Amino acid sequence: MRKLAKFNGGVHPPQHKSESNQQAIAGLPLPERLFVPLRQHIGNPAKPLVSVGERVLKGQIIGQPEGYVSAAIHAPTSGKVIAVGPAPVPHPSGLADLCVIIEADGQDEWFTHEPLRYREMDPSAVRNRIRDLGVVGLGGAVFPSFIKLNPGARQKTQTLIINGAECEPYITCDDRLMRERAEDILRGIEIMGYMLHPTEVLIGIEDNKPEAIAAMQAAAARVTFPVEVVAVPTVYPGGGAKQLTRVLTGKEPPAGGRSTDIGVQVFNVATAYSLHRAVHLGEPMLSRIVTVSGNVERPGNYEALIGTPVEHLLTAAGGAKADTARYIMGGPMMGIPLTSPGLPVTKAMNCVIAASEALFPSAPPAMPCIRCGRCAQACPAELQPFELYWHAKSRNFGKTQEYGIFDCIECGCCDYVCPSHIPLVDYYRFAKSEIWAREQEKTAADTARNRHEFRTFRLEREKQERAERLAQKAAGAKTAEAPAETGSDAEAEKAAKKAAIEAALERAKAKKAQVQPQNTDNLPPEKQQEIAEIEARRAKIREMAQQPPDSTGN
Amino acid sequence: MRLPLFRQTISVNVIMLKVMLALLPALFAYIYYFGPAVVVQIVLASLTVLAAEAVMLKLRRQPVLPFLADGSALVTGWLLALSLPATAPWWLTVVACLFAIVVAKHLYGGIGNNLLNPAMVGYAVMLISFPAYMTQWLTPDSLHAAPGLGESFRLIFGSSPPLDGLTMATPLDTAKTQLKLDLTLGEIVKQPIFGLLGGKGSEMVALGYLFGGLFLWQQRIITWHIPAAMLGSLFAVSGLFWMIDADRYVSPVFHLFTGAAMLGAFFIATDPVTGATTPRGKLIFGAGIGLLVFFIRTFGGYPDGVAFAVLLLNLCVPLIDAHTQPPVFGHKNAHKKGSPD
Amino acid sequence: MLSAILVMVFLAVLLGSVLGFASVRYKVEGDPLVDKIDAILPQTQCGQCGFPGCKPYATAIASGEADINQCPPGGDEGVRKLAELLGREYKPLNAEHGEEKPKSVAVIDENTCIGCTLCIQACPVDAILGAAKHMHTVIASECTGCELCVEPCPVDCITMQPIAETLSNWKWKYPIIPIRPIATEKQPQ
Repeated sequence: MRKLAKFNGGVHPPQHKSESNQQAIAGLPLPERLFVPLRQHIGNPAKPLVSVGERVLKGQIIGQPEGYVSAAIHAPTSGKVIAVGPAPVPHPSGLADLCVIIEADGQDEWFTHEPLRYREMDPSAVRNRIRDLGVVGLGGAVFPSFIKLNPGARQKTQTLIINGAECEPYITCDDRLMRERAEDILRGIEIMGYMLHPTEVLIGIEDNKPEAIAAMQAAAARVTFPVEVVAVPTVYPGGGAKQLTRVLTGKEPPAGGRSTDIGVQVFNVATAYSLHRAVHLGEPMLSRIVTVSGNVERPGNYEALIGTPVEHLLTAAGGAKADTARYIMGGPMMGIPLTSPGLPVTKAMNCVIAASEALFPSAPPAMPCIRCGRCAQACPAELQPFELYWHAKSRNFGKTQEYGIFDCIECGCCDYVCPSHIPLVDYYRFAKSEIWAREQEKTAADTARNRHEFRTFRLEREKQERAERLAQKAAGAKTAEAPAETGSDAEAEKAAKKAAIEAALERAKAKKAQVQPQNTDNLPPEKQQEIAEIEARRAKIREMAQQPPDSTGN
Repeated sequence: MRLPLFRQTISVNVIMLKVMLALLPALFAYIYYFGPAVVVQIVLASLTVLAAEAVMLKLRRQPVLPFLADGSALVTGWLLALSLPATAPWWLTVVACLFAIVVAKHLYGGIGNNLLNPAMVGYAVMLISFPAYMTQWLTPDSLHAAPGLGESFRLIFGSSPPLDGLTMATPLDTAKTQLKLDLTLGEIVKQPIFGLLGGKGSEMVALGYLFGGLFLWQQRIITWHIPAAMLGSLFAVSGLFWMIDADRYVSPVFHLFTGAAMLGAFFIATDPVTGATTPRGKLIFGAGIGLLVFFIRTFGGYPDGVAFAVLLLNLCVPLIDAHTQPPVFGHKNAHKKGSPD
Repeated sequence: MLSAILVMVFLAVLLGSVLGFASVRYKVEGDPLVDKIDAILPQTQCGQCGFPGCKPYATAIASGEADINQCPPGGDEGVRKLAELLGREYKPLNAEHGEEKPKSVAVIDENTCIGCTLCIQACPVDAILGAAKHMHTVIASECTGCELCVEPCPVDCITMQPIAETLSNWKWKYPIIPIRPIATEKQPQ
């Protein structure tokens, strides 16, 4: 029996897993329309590769990865692209983001795809393929997996941890996946092991999932590589990558560093499953399993295509009950409210909870902090949450950093135990995003300063060069009229320039009258659509130009 | 809608209610040995603090009901009533309560923002301003019939003068003054006001506080750090002196079971708002109080020193907390980074 | 008497040489105060303060020629930081120099632009790209929003557009705690 370590604090909220983990994973009827966001992973959003009106096939790449930290996006089914533009996405802001909207044609016709012969390929080529297949971590952070499959030169991966802890209440998608598709998960783990060469592979599952543990153990007994299924104590947030690493290995990933710094790499079970599908079947990440629970008629797990509207899922689950007030994406501890049930399923969406006042009574009003220290006792990051709160509340951001605000994993344990019902995590998020914004502002200011200084220097240099040229010219032309000539030259130049501007102005006026006809209303529909497309493209260009990285052009 | 969707059903008023519940054993012992006068004081103090709290909240434009309901003011009132002499005149209790709530609590920004323990501020101000009233304590029941409810009323509201023999100096006070008269402790503790552990009667009240404190610890309202450190350091340092000269220094057990040591350790020093918050800080905070209590009792001008010790250490809390921050997850090996492995 | 004078002279020479040595040994290049002030200024280089850039304004503040409340892009927070750095009293922004506005970037209407290069010359951070008689465009990520390019444009094709909130620059807001829960939170579905 493996000796397990512990982490500080944690809480034991009511589980509510049995509502949704009794039935097998169900499929969904094909939705009419799919809203596929191009930003579904950490890093740069994918660049759209399709245009309106184009027919796409299931599995066809529609978003190309941009930059290193990025992953591809694919069409979840065959159909017609009806829009490429901003649409609401599941995000705490409720803002719109670039999406490809596909009208399904019902044929579900596959794009050509074939298994990867990864053992015969160069590892770097395998990783590139995984990137193009859009495989990202499904544990919550949606970090592109190909990066984590790079063994790295500095520190060897000793321990590969597969996270099946699923510590948050209500969520059972990994539970069902492990029960039903344990062998496929292990096939995915085999690929991970092949890429990383770890000395041990541990699958951590919370002991409130005995069926999943049994299924995984049975599957693990049949594989040829060494792998150990470890039951870990059920305590929230035991499924946090850092916490699980601590429990299984006794080692703590260094703050601000990565788990690879201590020779550990962590993947979610669902990621392993997707990797198996991607590599052994050649299927990109087109769907994921989503738990639908809470205030619905038939809670359960559904395999949903990426881009499926949440409403569609809810309908499959028998519909939300009448008193449903809000929908939550993710679990009840760390989830985010959905601004509308029309938002699409994304790679990060592991659970949808229909919430009603009866099921989840609103929090009592917040009262002042009495420094009782319950939050510190519950904090799995061993922070002093009340100190962070105190400083975040008074916008003393330097102090929040001293007290380690960036070590906060926003698990909500402090919120859960606070007797004053203070929305602590909201304060930490506020402080974190303020600090980031300030840092960005500072970088921008530094760039502006450098550019301004360079410009001043350049103007000075140009002035000097001109003076030198002038001096040379004066020295070369020995006639007396030379200085006068240069003078008139300059004047003539100025006059010519002025005339050129005038002429250009005229041209522009004429052009303006041409380009901006006021009678667009009476144009035929094709023409109008064309204009709309041009406008959309222009808006897209503008938006892309506003994205900070790689668009500087200097 | 706020996340997390659910939360523990604990709130500040539940905590305060449990604190008051934990005070009950000591209160029953108090009534049993010293009569019901203390109940009059508790009622008087409760009414005063509630009124003062309501007025201050109104003046500070804060919602009155939710804050009144948190029970923090009531706890302050109860602690004050239990700390002041049971026969103290009504105005003494009222002024102490007003000072605690108005000055020590609300002028600093209300609950959660006060630097000093309100009850102890009220107590200390009274001790400095009216020392004569503050040293007159009821004699335990076995020595003199305790005043009944009616008599308590008359005593507290001043319609009858205090009876001779009904009140006396506390055992701590007695030991201190008589030691100065060159009596040895062996002779002093033979007097009838001394009991087995401390003062007769009051030792049972102290046991009540101990019992209530253990209840709070079991309920996870308080952690063991502050009481253990405070009582431990008091026991250790008084034991050291006692071993040097048992005739001149009272025994460590006597120190623990007399005066406000138990009340202070479990109910006053553990006030979360004004106490240290880190585990190591709590140990330092508690040990500091224990040491100061011993030195004030033994060498200072006042018979008991819990109030002053708590207030002095309250002032040190920001410093203690700042220097005892526990290491954060993932930072423990930070300094080892770069060393060859 | 004489010995006392000698001792004093000796001490004076000794301490003087120590100070002299220290001033040479620990000489600070440039004026650290100017750099500290410059670090607080937003580097918009807009000249609204009445100086030709942030650095000259910083120099003027350091030498006491300018007040700390002349920088609208730095806003109220900037004035507070300057007041804190210099140990001066906070004062509200001087309205003569303009008001605090949401951060914007210049956008060139590419249909109207005639390629006159006047805006390129005006831009203090070289954030406008283009050549004579060719369309110009603003590098949005480098634009400081100083508005200096707006006025020189002969065809008025440059507009200032406030930076829109996107997923990349969205910030969590300061939590508002209602003392009484607000019943209107429920959204229409």
